[in-house]
Order: sequence, then C-alpha cells, then structure tokens
Amino acid sequence: MRTIRYSVRNATTSVKPTRSPTQANFRDVFLTRRPNCNRTLLHCLGIESTAHTFGAGVVSDEGRILSDARDMYASTPGTGIHPREAAEHHSEVAARVVSSALTKAGVKASELSGVAIALGPGLGPCLRVGATVARALSVYYKAPLIGVNHAIGHIEIGTLTTGAKDPLVVLVSGGHTAIAAFSGGRWRIFGETEDITIGNLYDMFAREIDLPSPAGPEIERLASKTSEFLPLPYVVKGNDVSYSGLLTASLSRLRSGAKLEDVCYSMQEVSCSMLAEAVERSLAYTAKKELLLTGGVAANKILQRKLQEVALLHDAAFHVVQGPYTGDNGPQIAWTGMLALRAGLVTAISEARVRPKWRLEDVDIPWRIGTA
Amino acid sequence: MSISLGELAQPKLIYKGAEAEIYLETWHSEFVIRKTRVAKPYRVPELDEAIRRSRTAHEATMMQEVRKLGVPVPVIQDIDPDTWTLRMEYIRGPTLKEELFKLPAGKQRLRCRDLGGIIAIMHDGGIVHGDLTISNVISENGKLFIIDFGLGDFSKEIEDKGVDLLLLNRVFKSTHYVFHAALFKAFLEGYAKSVGKRKCDETVAKMHEIQRRGRYFERG
Repeated sequence: MRTIRYSVRNATTSVKPTRSPTQANFRDVFLTRRPNCNRTLLHCLGIESTAHTFGAGVVSDEGRILSDARDMYASTPGTGIHPREAAEHHSEVAARVVSSALTKAGVKASELSGVAIALGPGLGPCLRVGATVARALSVYYKAPLIGVNHAIGHIEIGTLTTGAKDPLVVLVSGGHTAIAAFSGGRWRIFGETEDITIGNLYDMFAREIDLPSPAGPEIERLASKTSEFLPLPYVVKGNDVSYSGLLTASLSRLRSGAKLEDVCYSMQEVSCSMLAEAVERSLAYTAKKELLLTGGVAANKILQRKLQEVALLHDAAFHVVQGPYTGDNGPQIAWTGMLALRAGLVTAISEARVRPKWRLEDVDIPWRIGTA
Repeated sequence: MSISLGELAQPKLIYKGAEAEIYLETWHSEFVIRKTRVAKPYRVPELDEAIRRSRTAHEATMMQEVRKLGVPVPVIQDIDPDTWTLRMEYIRGPTLKEELFKLPAGKQRLRCRDLGGIIAIMHDGGIVHGDLTISNVISENGKLFIIDFGLGDFSKEIEDKGVDLLLLNRVFKSTHYVFHAALFKAFLEGYAKSVGKRKCDETVAKMHEIQRRGRYFERG
C-alpha cells in the first residue's frame, strides 16, 4: 500500500485549505473540510477485523477514547478460528458494532475527520470485511481513509494508555511474538519467534484438548493449580525464540499420561521464561529505559510478572497496556489512524487493499520523532 | 583500558550482560575475565540452575573446539560449573559494536569482511555460534575475537548456520538501518572467500527460507 501526503489535490471536499497540516494547525485544516461540523476537536473512527474480533471505536485528536464496541467470533472448542466463518460473523455484526461505537461516542458519521482501518496483518477474509465497511464509510461520508497496520495499533494504544515514551516493545498475541524498538523512523525488530507465536502455542495446544480459543486465560487458570515442573525444551536463539518444539513436547507429555495442570504450568513457565530471556537480551542490547508489554497475551499475569522482573534488573520502567486494550480493539486502530492523519497521511481508496502479511517493520512512522 | 595490577585488589565489574556478569580480576597474578552466570528471577529454580550449569560447561567446550579450528577466541583458564563461572584470557579492546561506527566506511566493510571469513571457518568446521551479534566480537587492534558461546553448538546443519546469518543480518538491519546492506554484503564476501561461493550461497538461501517460515513475510 502506498500512503500519500495529504495535499489539496487529494482533497475530498470542495473546501480547500491553503496550508498543509502541521502539528499546530492540523485541527483547522481538517475541520474546514467539514463545513457543517461545529466541533473543535477531530474525531477518528477505527475499525478492526484482523482475526476473531470485529471492533470499532472513536477517539479524539487529544487521545481520548470515546467508545469501544466489539463483537467476538467464538470458535467451536477443538477447532481454531475458521477464516470464512469468522468473516461471516464479522459481516453480520459490522453495522451494529460501528453504529454502537458512533452512538456511544456521541459523534455523527458525517462529523468524522477520518476513518481508520486495519489493513493487515491478519486473516484475508476477515480483513476484507473491515476494509469494505471502512471504504464505504469513507466514500459516503467524504472522510479521508487511513490504512493502519494492526501491530502498530497495539503499540500505539500501549503508549497512549501507559504514557511510555520510547520503550522497548514486547508485542505478544495470536499473530505476533516480537520485540521491537523505534529508531530511524520505523519500529525495528530486535527479536521475534522463528516459527509459531506464543498465542499460537497456547491456542494450538488447547485445540488438541478441545478447549475453546483464545485459550490463554484457561491455560493460565489450569497452571495456577500446581507447581509441579516438568522439563520441556527451552529454545532461545540470540534474541529469538522458537515455540514449535515446545508445542510438540507438551502434547506428547500429555499423551504419555502427565497431568493437564502440570503440563499447562510447565509450558507456561518455559514459554514465558524463554521470552523473558530474549527480552532481557534485547533490553541489554538496546539499553532502553522503558519496557512496554502489549497485545492479547499481555493479559497473562505470569508473563507480566516475569517481564517486570526483567525490567527491574535493567532499571527500566515497566508498562503493561491497560486491561481492555490487550485484545484486538477498535480504539487502537482509531488512535493510530489519528496519529497518521495529524502527520498528513491518508490512503487513497484505490490503494486501500488488505495486506494479510504486512510486517510492522515495513511501516514508516512520521509522527514519532526524536528517538535515535 | 590501562589498569595496573595494584589497582585491582577487588574484582572489577566491567560489563553486566543479559545472562552473566563480567569481571576483570587478577588470578594467579594475571589479568583474567571472570564470567559468572547469575540467577534469573523469571525462571523457576529447577529450570534456571539447569540452564546456567549446562551453558557454562557447554561454553567452555565450544571455545576449546572453536580454537582448534583456528578461530580467535579468548583462552579458557578455569571452569567451575557449580558456581556457573568461567575464567578466560583478557582481550584488550572494544566490542565491534562500539568500534564499528567510529571507523571510516572502508574500514567498516573490512571488519565485516574479516568477520565473515572467521564465521565461515567456524561453520565449515561444524560449529555454530547461536547468538551472533557485533557485541559478541572484540576487536584488539583490528584482530577480531569471537566471544559468548553459551548458545553455540556442534552442527553441520545448514539450518543452524542460516540462523547465525539471520541473527547477524537482523542486528545490522535494526541497529544500522542505513548501511546494513553494504555491511552484510561485505560479511558475505568474506564468508565466500573463506569457504567458497557455493557454500556461502547455500547458507544465504537457507537464511531466506527461515525468514519465510516466520510470520508475515511479504514476497517481493
């Protein structure tokens, strides 16, 4: 996807600003595009549909989250997310979720300064539902469309809700296990999984024993009942981790008669410790003074505690994204879209295709400056 | 660093890494580096002690073996797995990470080429490093020493060699995003010169394959 600079030529309304948007006057620029809107702040709608959650939220340009509506596709226990069924779910709930987000925020669609959409990474069929809704809203209400990377959304909602300035980011979810730091205009990956993600590990394990996914909370609950540690493969390669061997070994432990609670406990201990070590290595290498944990698996208390200990060892402040914003949500897309809009980045409708494999290190971030 | 013997009555902590503390101390009236792997509160004790013990003994083995291939590494002087401690020769010089970007561009590429040659010899001899970054290379007046073999292994698998290259390439990309392509190219030139273009190409091809295995790899 090519992002384009906001200029008069790309204006979607007939009212043409004479200046390009800068930090100081971005409100004037975008509000003059909405002659019938008597608001003083900009509002951006964000739509999230990368995996099992269809979410919509509205944020204002000063970073206030005005609404957060979502509806989650529930998979049958013993199966994972079925992309087509999830997409069907999304298309059924889309209208209700979006209008509920606008109603709760008290903002009319015609007053929006932008519509942000997560174009990737994620499941193709699910992404296309959100993208279709967002493109339609953008065209109909003449609000600029902003294509957003879902992973950047997790990071931006993390920094917004915790106040972290220049953190080493640990992004953990069903789709990501990555350690990133900002430098030279982009998030740079310092470590990641070489095969499956930590969320995958939990979900694929759960699928084999007929638990519903996402399975993290259930595994955490089972693990808390025991402290019987079974040796399992611990694989750290530099700042990278590899979980596929751990998955196989955990399942074979279970099949050879080990107690489910003990396997859950040991698998959780090993997987979180591996990540903690990779994070510690990255923290030592980058010498960052803040650590931010974000993404769906950030809700895991054991992982939180282990990373807090890592931060303590290296005198770094530890931040965890606020509870409701760990999982996929609309506000994270809305806020990232707002940051892009303020920096003058919008996406032409014809360029707003989904990107199921969009890596976070491929996204230019002009709004985050100053850190080397 | 110029330190006289008299100043070192106490061991001096010179670096606190992610898994070990590195002290400079006198031992049998010689300067040595003492590397002690410290307990990690984020691992259950059973796991933590097993990891520290095995990595300590393993690192010493790897360094001896690598030395036999002619790869410059500090000489191991003492091993004590019970206190998770290694003592080794003190190499006087900055890490390549500290040195590299103070050098002119030509010298930068020269260092990377040298590093490529050394790593190729190691790989060809059946040993992989497992945590190859430029902070694990010490430059003593331009002579490169490889350190930190805790994650190293005996392996003739191209897979493991590919991981080494992948990790190094990531370090170049994440830290030196402007020059990374030129530096990695120089590294590969040195690598190919040392073991031949065919082996080098094979390893690079494997590196790309491993990259594609991860999540979210866009073609093109």
